[in-house]
Amino acid sequence: MPKDHGIGASTKRREDVRFLTGAGNYTDDVNVWGQAYVAFVRSDVAHGTLNGVDTAEAEAMPGVIRVFTGKDFEGVGSIPCGWQITDRHGEPMKEPPHPVLAQGKVRHVGDPIAAVVAESLQEARDAADAVVADISDLPAVVDMKQAVASSDTLVHDDLGTNLCYDWGFVEENREAVDKAIQEAAHVTTLELVNNRLVANPMEPRVAVGDYSRADDMSTLYTTSQNPHVIRLLMGAFVLGIPEHKLRVVAPDVGGGFGTKIFHYAEEAFCTFAARQIKRPVKWTSTRGEAFMSDAHGRDHVTKIELAMDAENNFTALRTETYANMGAYLSTFAPSVPTWLHGTLMAGNYKTPLIYVNVKAVFTNTVPVDAYRGAGRPEATYQLERVIDKAARERGVDPMALRRQNFITEFPYATPVAVEYDTGDYNATLDKLEEIADLAGFDKRRAESEAKGKLRGLGINCYIEACGIAPSNLVGQLGARAGLYESATVRVNATGSISVMTGSHSHGQGHETSFPQVVAEMLGIPEDQVDIVHGDTANTPMGMGTYGSRSIAVGGSAMVRATEKIINKAKKIAAHLMEAAEADIELKDGAFSVAGTDKSVAWGDVCLAAYVPHNYPLEDIEPGLEETAFYDPSNFTYPSGAYCCEVEVDPETGHVTVERFAAADDFGNVINPMIVEGQVHGGVAQGIGQALLENCVYDETGQLLSASYMDYAMPRADNVPMVTVDHSCQTPCTHNPLGVKGCGEAGAIGSPPSVINAVIDALHSGGFTHVTHIDMPATPNRVWAAMQG
Amino acid sequence: MTEVTMTVNGKSVRRAVRGNELLVEFLREQLRLTGTHVGCDTSQCGACCVHVNGELVKACSMFAAEAEGAEVTTIEGVANADGSLNVIQQAFQDHHGLQCGFCTPGMVMSAASLLKENPKPTEAEVRHWLQGNICRCTGYHNIVKAIMAASGQDVATVAAE
Repeated sequence: MPKDHGIGASTKRREDVRFLTGAGNYTDDVNVWGQAYVAFVRSDVAHGTLNGVDTAEAEAMPGVIRVFTGKDFEGVGSIPCGWQITDRHGEPMKEPPHPVLAQGKVRHVGDPIAAVVAESLQEARDAADAVVADISDLPAVVDMKQAVASSDTLVHDDLGTNLCYDWGFVEENREAVDKAIQEAAHVTTLELVNNRLVANPMEPRVAVGDYSRADDMSTLYTTSQNPHVIRLLMGAFVLGIPEHKLRVVAPDVGGGFGTKIFHYAEEAFCTFAARQIKRPVKWTSTRGEAFMSDAHGRDHVTKIELAMDAENNFTALRTETYANMGAYLSTFAPSVPTWLHGTLMAGNYKTPLIYVNVKAVFTNTVPVDAYRGAGRPEATYQLERVIDKAARERGVDPMALRRQNFITEFPYATPVAVEYDTGDYNATLDKLEEIADLAGFDKRRAESEAKGKLRGLGINCYIEACGIAPSNLVGQLGARAGLYESATVRVNATGSISVMTGSHSHGQGHETSFPQVVAEMLGIPEDQVDIVHGDTANTPMGMGTYGSRSIAVGGSAMVRATEKIINKAKKIAAHLMEAAEADIELKDGAFSVAGTDKSVAWGDVCLAAYVPHNYPLEDIEPGLEETAFYDPSNFTYPSGAYCCEVEVDPETGHVTVERFAAADDFGNVINPMIVEGQVHGGVAQGIGQALLENCVYDETGQLLSASYMDYAMPRADNVPMVTVDHSCQTPCTHNPLGVKGCGEAGAIGSPPSVINAVIDALHSGGFTHVTHIDMPATPNRVWAAMQG
Repeated sequence: MTEVTMTVNGKSVRRAVRGNELLVEFLREQLRLTGTHVGCDTSQCGACCVHVNGELVKACSMFAAEAEGAEVTTIEGVANADGSLNVIQQAFQDHHGLQCGFCTPGMVMSAASLLKENPKPTEAEVRHWLQGNICRCTGYHNIVKAIMAASGQDVATVAAE
């Protein structure tokens, strides 16, 4: 019988009511009295020398308040990068400045050059058209290998190179890996592209800057997954505003998927401009602007080599990846192809020797940073594709090959620096075989073939590192921030509770699932607990929501704070019942004395804390409010096995996903309904990457896919129903809830199974020369591959 | 500026509008009915779907002045008279058919039009109908389920759990 409340219950989401009735409060719904509007003038060339900006005509146009250019930001800080990578030779990465508005050069299509602030949006846009940027075109650097091979054209002249860093991991393993590959019985090699994507949350980014002369306070309303991080980065590094004079509010946020983690120039601009003109300043991105200014994702070019002995045991793995950074270093960009990618290259397998080389490259494209999964999808895709190719080359069953090489004993220290605490990869693969009905595949293939279609089956496994992250560890790895999370549990006088969290919900349902935990711990109804998030003015310093960290890290902080509440409440209850504290038990919302019928209700204890007439004032303070900061001791390691069945039309190369199944191990689960929804959405994004989505630049650096008419978002008829299961649960050993996180799994685990299925379909039709097709496997690419 | 009069969610409104003012701008900026969202600039995403004279319209694809004399219904106007969620809204909550909520008003308005035209749609018909509404969060799985459930069908048999 499923639970109907508390941990493990599929409680319906309380936030849905406001979203379903149009009562949500997204950033574009925020209007501050007297606000002016911003239109940015953006570069329409990928690379050029900015000789000057003529704003005279624009400044004379109706409604224009002020036109800003790069000159206005000469004394202002650069948009900072939050992670420093040290390269193979012990040198720090190249870290160029990133001005709020372009200075001296433009470096990608969409690079902001000027900003018009006007009384209305229409007037701002009209005047922006009248700003004349004098740009001398330069050749653009688009292809990563060319960018590294030649220094003729440099994105950042002062660096002398387009190479941001050349990272080796683990550098000490390099020679041993080379030797093992040289001596292997069999080596499978695969060269592939992990296609550039645009995250595309449905809500475009918005920033509203406000400034109060009364108290010298700046307020920024912004579409962010982590308002405290924005306050720290923008306040301390860009604008020089101390935290107590800067408030950042991220109200309802319409999806993030990573791209709303980062601190963007538009946020700094609106905050800065509001202080300059002493009026609120609002910017709302159009979708077209979003394509050329939101940080993109993925964009790796990789060669991977898997070595095996004669019995098909994996003996070594070597990868070489070119990772696109774009024109500037976005907030977490350097960490994505390194610590979020190289450390996952062991996957689910006991490969003893691994060496990962990553060359991060500047190009004249939009900056690239974390997108759902961030590094881990890139690791999973290449590993699970090369294993599938190896199975074909060796003539063995791809599932058997995986099982043979699975890690089966935990904890397991991989050769790439991480230690998996728990997992059971055979269990999730067994579960997948069952829920995907693999036994019925041959019959389904025959049915497809009777219709003239080719049917393919693809499976893959995945592991990810979530619950980001132990601060001392990431500090050693170059992070310039801690990655703890915080919670304040405020018990009100009559017993209801407000939980202030540094986590941020932008679709994940925290307002429902977090109270399930607190209510279960205290034995009170969930509706007595509210979550407060998204405003630096009323939440403790926290690092926000990404990396599937909210329940594992934020939830753990909330548990620790609630434990403090329980400890104090027991002292109060002991006093009220004149009993020993050690004898007090909390159950079903009441405190009782063990072995007696004495009891005092939760509400009475809370009231006593705030009306302390009969209260142990000499021992404890009045009030009932506690804060905890939780810093995890390790990452969490969700894992699973995914299966995709496709049909390929041999006449056109068109691929349809007919069935998809996901068997995940997320450890303990708080709200199964929400967890399943996260997997559904992640899988759709993975299918989108595998079959539809592609962010395309031409050789001159023009962005060819800058609208929903050019960038193929998955629509309802592109994806199937997804069979999901999370009954295989090996709880995390190092956080109090035993949870691992589920937000990114779907996007990490799904692309390889789609492509594995496409290859399988083609082989079933006799197209055995096709060993790989790069994503997205569009009809054009599939058909061309079939023709050889 | 042109004077325009229309009925929005049952109330008559009269305002001055710019000639190029889109219906969605009019609803959001002038009437402060911010439940209707803007997710793109090419009439692709469907976040701004409303009903104009009972027909499904992307409010970014119509000028406010064109709605002269029209009956307009937005997401703020579809709940039951007592304020409770209507059948479609309730089905979206029951089946977890929304996550971040940004596409949701458009989805609900679109679903209402579908069910008016086709009271018992198949899964394929629902998916085909929703081509003009993009959701980035749900993978559509639970949206399709919710719409079919709202039509009175047993969704346990059509959708894998």
